[in-house]
Amino acid sequence: MHDFVQHIINGISLGSIYALIALGYTMVYGILKMINFAHSDVYMIGAFAAYYVARWLGIEAQPGIASLLMLILVSMLACGFLGFLIERFAYRPLRKAPKLNILITAIGVSLFLQYSGQVVFGADPKVFPEVMTDYVLLTFGPVELRSFDLTVLGVSLVAMLCLEFLIKKTKVGRAMRAVSSNALVASMLGVNTDKIIAFTFVVGSSLAGVGSVLVGMKYPKIDPLMGMMIGLKAFVAAVLGGIGNIGGAVLGALIMGLSEEMVVAYLSSTYRDAFAFGILIVILIFKPAGLLGKYSVEKV
Amino acid sequence: MGFLKRPFLAFLALAALGLIVNFGFNAYIQLIVLFILVNCLLSMSLNLVNGYTGQFSLGHAGFMAIGAYFTAFTSSKIHFLPDSLQLLEFFVFIFGAGLAAALAGFIVGLPSLRLKGDYLAIVTLGFGEIIRVALLNMDFLGGPRGYSGIPSFGPFMVSFLFASVWILICFFTIWRIVHSSHGRGFLSVREDEIAAEAMGINTTEMKVKAFVLSSFFAGVAGGLFAHFTAFISPSSFTFLQSVNAVIMVVLGGMGSMTGAIVAAVLITALPELLRPLQDLTGIDLRMVIYSLALILMMILRPQGLFGGYELTDLWRKYVRRSA
Repeated sequence: MHDFVQHIINGISLGSIYALIALGYTMVYGILKMINFAHSDVYMIGAFAAYYVARWLGIEAQPGIASLLMLILVSMLACGFLGFLIERFAYRPLRKAPKLNILITAIGVSLFLQYSGQVVFGADPKVFPEVMTDYVLLTFGPVELRSFDLTVLGVSLVAMLCLEFLIKKTKVGRAMRAVSSNALVASMLGVNTDKIIAFTFVVGSSLAGVGSVLVGMKYPKIDPLMGMMIGLKAFVAAVLGGIGNIGGAVLGALIMGLSEEMVVAYLSSTYRDAFAFGILIVILIFKPAGLLGKYSVEKV
Repeated sequence: MGFLKRPFLAFLALAALGLIVNFGFNAYIQLIVLFILVNCLLSMSLNLVNGYTGQFSLGHAGFMAIGAYFTAFTSSKIHFLPDSLQLLEFFVFIFGAGLAAALAGFIVGLPSLRLKGDYLAIVTLGFGEIIRVALLNMDFLGGPRGYSGIPSFGPFMVSFLFASVWILICFFTIWRIVHSSHGRGFLSVREDEIAAEAMGINTTEMKVKAFVLSSFFAGVAGGLFAHFTAFISPSSFTFLQSVNAVIMVVLGGMGSMTGAIVAAVLITALPELLRPLQDLTGIDLRMVIYSLALILMMILRPQGLFGGYELTDLWRKYVRRSA
């Protein structure tokens, strides 16, 4: 029983990281109806930006919450800027192109970032500096709550609440929702759609930046291809919850995190990737728009 | 361009090409030529689903993997014909590989082809990954160590002709189907699903048919690939391989058979052509250039190289008129 509780804690911690990345996918999909395959590589660049800044500042000497927050900020800035550049130079010229072209471009950008990463950073894995010390914070009998898990949970919760506030309560958030529901009408009502789309990319990418530092802290091995699998899973999480839906992305990510942890614990660790996709397929067949997505019937 | 309509003439043309490569180039180039043939099969078969039927599949590598493993296992374990007829035996096994992949395509396609657009892409991606992970866990197929000791066809010319036969079967099957009433069914699904349904076309059936046929040839491509490399492992059939197939289709122009072939040649040869650059600069910039070229191509020529036209259409348009 206590094993089970322990796995739930680990699963939620993993799921909240997936959620941060899944949010970026879902926001971009909500507003542009495109799968931004490059998102996972933006996340990779964020991890490397944090790595180099941490080395440069000698963060390892003073681990603690302050240095973590600073690295998160650095990574958010780097990712946000990169997201802006990608949107401006790769996706904006294709705003009216067929869907498949945009998708191929996204894959192209993703490959470009991966391979440039291998050229610039080197293909060998690097060890992420120790940002915080990991210790057991609380114990309930045999169940332990580690400081890392709590930090991951806390930071991602704060980031998600900020996002919720931004989207629901601010003017720019309202514009984002407007563009997402109908870009043409929004532009007629005076919303600068290009600006809002760019802003969405910046916000989504900086959330991936937060995720990258948290992952770097928890699993301290980074390499230029680290984004691939985690990005795919985060994307699956976004689809699972109903892509384009913010709450759905978080729900989907938690399901993914928990199920992955359970599969590794009780079945076989080699099957965990297959299991993630298995859940997705089953859900999409029975509920084609995801758990919280609205299924719209096409009208002529 | 008459040979495009006559399989035997096309076979002779391919054989002549094979002879040139056989005597004019070294083994390295010959291997690349064989990979070009495999990729041609992949891009032509995916073109049937992506280009003609307008359904977006991202799991082609999975079907290729099934074909490759089927061929690898049967051809190294089973012998039912005398040695002199070994090629015929290989042909049967590769046909079987195609059937195995087609069966998988049917199982995957039946539920998932009810989905549309991006969702279909994700589900097929998911199935591709599941097939790969399942292969990783099958110990009798080598698991992550891969499967080695697959018999080869022998000299280059034999492999080339063997693959050419399959290329022609694939080309003419798809070409004839697309220009039949079935093909018009595929096209109508691509152009407007609702209108097609209103005209009495069972759209799901059309999609599943296209998908199964496409999986069949992907399985054949996988089988040939297994014979050519003599070693396969689940990491040969990753998501990137599926993406590569999609890139070939889009680059060639959706719904253009000859475009798919030209794109397959380009995509396979380009990284190799850029190899001298690597010697010059000392760093591996090949894939960086490749991905940049892809992005620029999509921005500057979104309809692909041929954009729905066939080589023969262009021939008629430019060469005949000026003559």
